[in-house]
Amino acid sequence: MSIVEIRGVDKTYQQGKVFVQALKNIDLTVEKGSFAAIAGPSGSGKTTLLNIIGGLDVPDRGDVRVDGNAYADMTRSGMAELRLCRIGFVFQAYNLLPVLSAVENVEYVMQLQGVDKKQRRERAVAILDEVGLSGRYHNRPAELSGGQQQRVAVARAIVSDPAIVLADEPTANLDSKTGEGLLQIMEKMNREKAVTFIFSTHDRMVMSYARRLIHIRDGEIENGKPME
Amino acid sequence: MDIKIAWRNIWRNPRRTIIIMTAVIIGIWSMIFLTAFMRGMVVDMIENGIATLTGDVKIYASGFRSDPALENRIRNPGPLAEKVQANLPADAHMAARIRVSAIAQNARHSAGVTLVGIDPAEEAGVSFIGDGVATGQMIRPGNPVDIVVGKALLEKFETKIGNKLILMSEDAAHEMASRAFRIRGIFSAELEATEKRFVFVSKSAARGMLQIGADVSEISVMLENHDRADAVAEKIAAAIDTEAYEVRTWKELKPMLKAYINIFDGYIILWYLVVFAAMVFGIINTTLMAVFERMREFGLLKALGMRPWRILRAVLIETAFILLIGAAAGNTLAFSMVYAIGQRGIDLSMFAAGFEYAGMSSVIRPEIFAGDVVLANAVVICLGLVVSAYPAARAARITPVEAMARN
Ligand SMILES: Nc1ncnc2c1ncn2[C@@H]1O[C@H](COP(=O)(O)OP(=O)(O)O)[C@@H](O)[C@H]1O
Ligand SMILES: [Mg+2]
Repeated sequence: MSIVEIRGVDKTYQQGKVFVQALKNIDLTVEKGSFAAIAGPSGSGKTTLLNIIGGLDVPDRGDVRVDGNAYADMTRSGMAELRLCRIGFVFQAYNLLPVLSAVENVEYVMQLQGVDKKQRRERAVAILDEVGLSGRYHNRPAELSGGQQQRVAVARAIVSDPAIVLADEPTANLDSKTGEGLLQIMEKMNREKAVTFIFSTHDRMVMSYARRLIHIRDGEIENGKPME
Repeated sequence: MDIKIAWRNIWRNPRRTIIIMTAVIIGIWSMIFLTAFMRGMVVDMIENGIATLTGDVKIYASGFRSDPALENRIRNPGPLAEKVQANLPADAHMAARIRVSAIAQNARHSAGVTLVGIDPAEEAGVSFIGDGVATGQMIRPGNPVDIVVGKALLEKFETKIGNKLILMSEDAAHEMASRAFRIRGIFSAELEATEKRFVFVSKSAARGMLQIGADVSEISVMLENHDRADAVAEKIAAAIDTEAYEVRTWKELKPMLKAYINIFDGYIILWYLVVFAAMVFGIINTTLMAVFERMREFGLLKALGMRPWRILRAVLIETAFILLIGAAAGNTLAFSMVYAIGQRGIDLSMFAAGFEYAGMSSVIRPEIFAGDVVLANAVVICLGLVVSAYPAARAARITPVEAMARN
């Protein structure tokens, strides 16, 4: 069963008088349970593609369908609802609210989702344990290392069993050992919870963890075929 | 949790938060304290104006107001006084007086005055003369020669207690009447004009001189609460013969005073807007800064699926915290200053000449009016929230893509 279906997506940005075609006629299908990497050099369109899958950006042309929802037919608030409940996001950096502790950051999205108070704390603590952050519940982001912050972001992304987690270069700001640790956790969550992951990278080590590689260059997918 | 987040956010930049809170404190303080000060002046003007000899409500014979001549007096005032008394609140005071234009004269000087025939006991709580004299003794009821004059008149006439003063006026039969009195006491008033204008004798002395039997010129009523004058006047008017008598409140008797009060009310609102305009700049500026610094966070929240109205609300809660804390401190400061000044008042005698002219005393006791306090707080808090809605809307509208491009 496919969780992401993209057909004929184009995206062009205008910067002053210059037009940059960030995505050219993208077709892509991602199956449920995948652990897929979008791989390509800087500027190749990875972020643009993930933003379009996550509904953060709108394509100029083409169809996007995620978890059975055709984006073209959806309202703004329907999109917000979908992102809140069905899609988890992990960005390269600045993923967390600095005024909230690790556990509060995880709880906060659950509050937005309408999870009741007692469950929020239980589930937040449990998921932080799973990503290896027992004992760091009450630290603010500034008191956590970069790797720990990204693990909190992963915990927040998966805590409510989303259909898919989109991670845009989640290891780009981490050293390779810490980055590898984060990928191991992501992979474990993918296996144990059957959460679909799509992450982008230009790092060979990170690519080696992917069970499927989607190569992108100059806004075009070079090989969209599954390796599995 | 939204409250907790807002609270922590405002203390991310304590310096900025304290500066803007201080602006709110000074704003609220100046609104409440300075208004209380102005109110004190107004109340003082009213008290002076009413207590001089006006009263809250006055009853005359028809025609006396336009022509305060002796024939427009209240004849046989007993039954009328009873009806008036019956329609007064329990805490009210009432006095009947005779008043007529007269000429005061001694060996060296003469001057136009208002001769007032009173019963000193009745005047207590009604007019300033009821408070007694500054020097010497009060006139004795029924005494035919006692007279009390103002300090300024005494000085003008170069005379002293115990000396003779002749008063002349027209009597009921349009004959010139004159009588010699002996100065028994001296009153002092807030205004020099009052001291020069009025001389007080006993009712029986005035009646004898003017040949008016038991008649009086006016009945004056003093209330605890000046704002109730209209209601009391209506009640009295309903009970008496309004063909024969007129009932007037201080607002009608002292139109200037009423006009002053209206001007003050307008001035207070203007003052609030001026202070607020100064604060608005600070509030918008600070909120904009606080919002722009955190655009990436708002973008993140929107990416995570937070709705724009919730972001708007989050920013407004932060502003509300600053406004409420500032307002609480500003109120406390203003109230404690008014309390500390209390009944002693602030002595402005250094600049008093101008005040006397406007009918005010030189000692001002600030008075806090509940309505002013509510208005000041409402202006700051409501308008503060309204103006911070702009920065809040900017935060609510940011898209995640824009926010990420801000790196
Ligand atoms: N908001 C934007 N405005 C203008 N150009 C953009 C914008 N976002 C991306 N681009 C351009 O689109 C291309 C793809 O960018 P991006 O998707 O960020 O690539 P990647 O994430 O692979 O580095 C780049 O040439 C980039 O300069
Ligand atoms: Mg990128």
